[in-house]
Amino acid sequence: MTEKQILSADDIRRAVARICHEIAERNGGVRNLVLVGIRRRGVPLAQRIAATLLDFEGIMVPVGLLDITLYRDDLAMRGPAPVVHSTSIPVDITGRVVVLVDDVLYTGRTVRAALDALNDFGRPERIQLAVLIDRGHRELPIRADFVGKNVPTAREERIETKLNEVDQTEDGVFIVR
Amino acid sequence: MTSTSTRRRHVLDLDDFSQAEITEVIETTASMKEVLGRSIKQVPALRSKTVVNMFFEESTRTRISFELAAKALSANVVTMSAKGSSVEKGESLLDTMRTLQALGADLIVMRHGEAGAPYYLAEHFNGSVINAGDGRHAHPTQALLDLFTIHERLGQIEGLKVVIVGDILHSRVARSNIWGLTIMGAQVTLCAPPTLLGPPGFWLATWPSLIITSDLAAALAGADVVMTLRLQNERQQAGLLPSLREYSRLFGISAARMALAAPHAIVMHPGPINEGVEIMPDVASSAQSVITDQVTNGVAVRMALLYRLAGG
Repeated sequence: MTEKQILSADDIRRAVARICHEIAERNGGVRNLVLVGIRRRGVPLAQRIAATLLDFEGIMVPVGLLDITLYRDDLAMRGPAPVVHSTSIPVDITGRVVVLVDDVLYTGRTVRAALDALNDFGRPERIQLAVLIDRGHRELPIRADFVGKNVPTAREERIETKLNEVDQTEDGVFIVR
Repeated sequence: MTSTSTRRRHVLDLDDFSQAEITEVIETTASMKEVLGRSIKQVPALRSKTVVNMFFEESTRTRISFELAAKALSANVVTMSAKGSSVEKGESLLDTMRTLQALGADLIVMRHGEAGAPYYLAEHFNGSVINAGDGRHAHPTQALLDLFTIHERLGQIEGLKVVIVGDILHSRVARSNIWGLTIMGAQVTLCAPPTLLGPPGFWLATWPSLIITSDLAAALAGADVVMTLRLQNERQQAGLLPSLREYSRLFGISAARMALAAPHAIVMHPGPINEGVEIMPDVASSAQSVITDQVTNGVAVRMALLYRLAGG
């Protein structure tokens, strides 16, 4: 197994900063936004985006967290049932712009499940998608609005994201093959 | 994230649960409770699964709670009771089960007056079985909702002093709770008149850490949780009690008795309540009472279990 680093901690910080500028630019500010992080690593990313937006725009954008386990369609029938973690959407999302945040966009099935879940919480004016890594191989017609880095990969490869808040190590993104 | 334990097929009692698995069920229950607090109280997790509630004994809260839990997970749910079914024509349990299997049942929730009936079903049924109460033997989903409620209110279970008071000898709720509480590391005291307690050795043989007493005041001193049980009228008719009034005076949980427990103590009851017998009305509706939380949490716990067996 070989591991190649594709983003360093500094790269991630810069990518998050750029995504923040793009989010603010695209939406003419951040007043009507809600950030929703997809568990697990989408959550710290959404929190970082909120902190950076507070710096840039002086507005605290609310952050929700979403566990999509109950909406998934790709769990194997064998093996232990997954633990369902908590979901918390702190504000009514109806009429607001929701920016979904995840670390890696791959088949699109997680995002599909997240869209279904969000639908149960209200009817947002618009949903946008921000990801740190887009590695291709989509199985559904889903695309990201804000991308940290596009990384062409083979299906046999794996993208490993390390975020300090979850992994208790230095930030980094790696290709493992 | 997947769970630490292997996939479970049935929930028959808590004796085969580890501390880790109960902790996972409690965590999943909290997530299910969040679903029940949404304006759309339904997730697609068990879409296309068929859950059959087979109730051979009367029940309000358990039956409705399982129905609501299955519906909140988008399962197809059918409830059958012995009354009005072919059971009245003499159809055997096995034949009834085979019929349900042929009709596509994935999961059977069963309440039965005979201890062991769900085990018999689990031996023959292709899908999963959840025991919703079998005779005097076990009621694992009640115990899990009690554990969740204790954890929700007090933040932990390990190390808590829990007193179970009442008709312990005839109670499946008590038995499953003793399993669950001891697995989770609580210190459990059983307190009842000797006729409703049986010989201490009967309990100690399985659970050596139990404290067994008929001295209610001593049992309640410093307790974190007071778990009361329903006293069934037929116990008095069977000569196990001189009178309900005497029972109530000696073992009923009153405000004065609750004052012996810790200030933060909670009082529980699995329902249905005989107010004024095992628990006084003012205690049942006091701030220390978690009786309605138990009912509410019952739906979330059953969602967690249905998902654990049939989901993913």
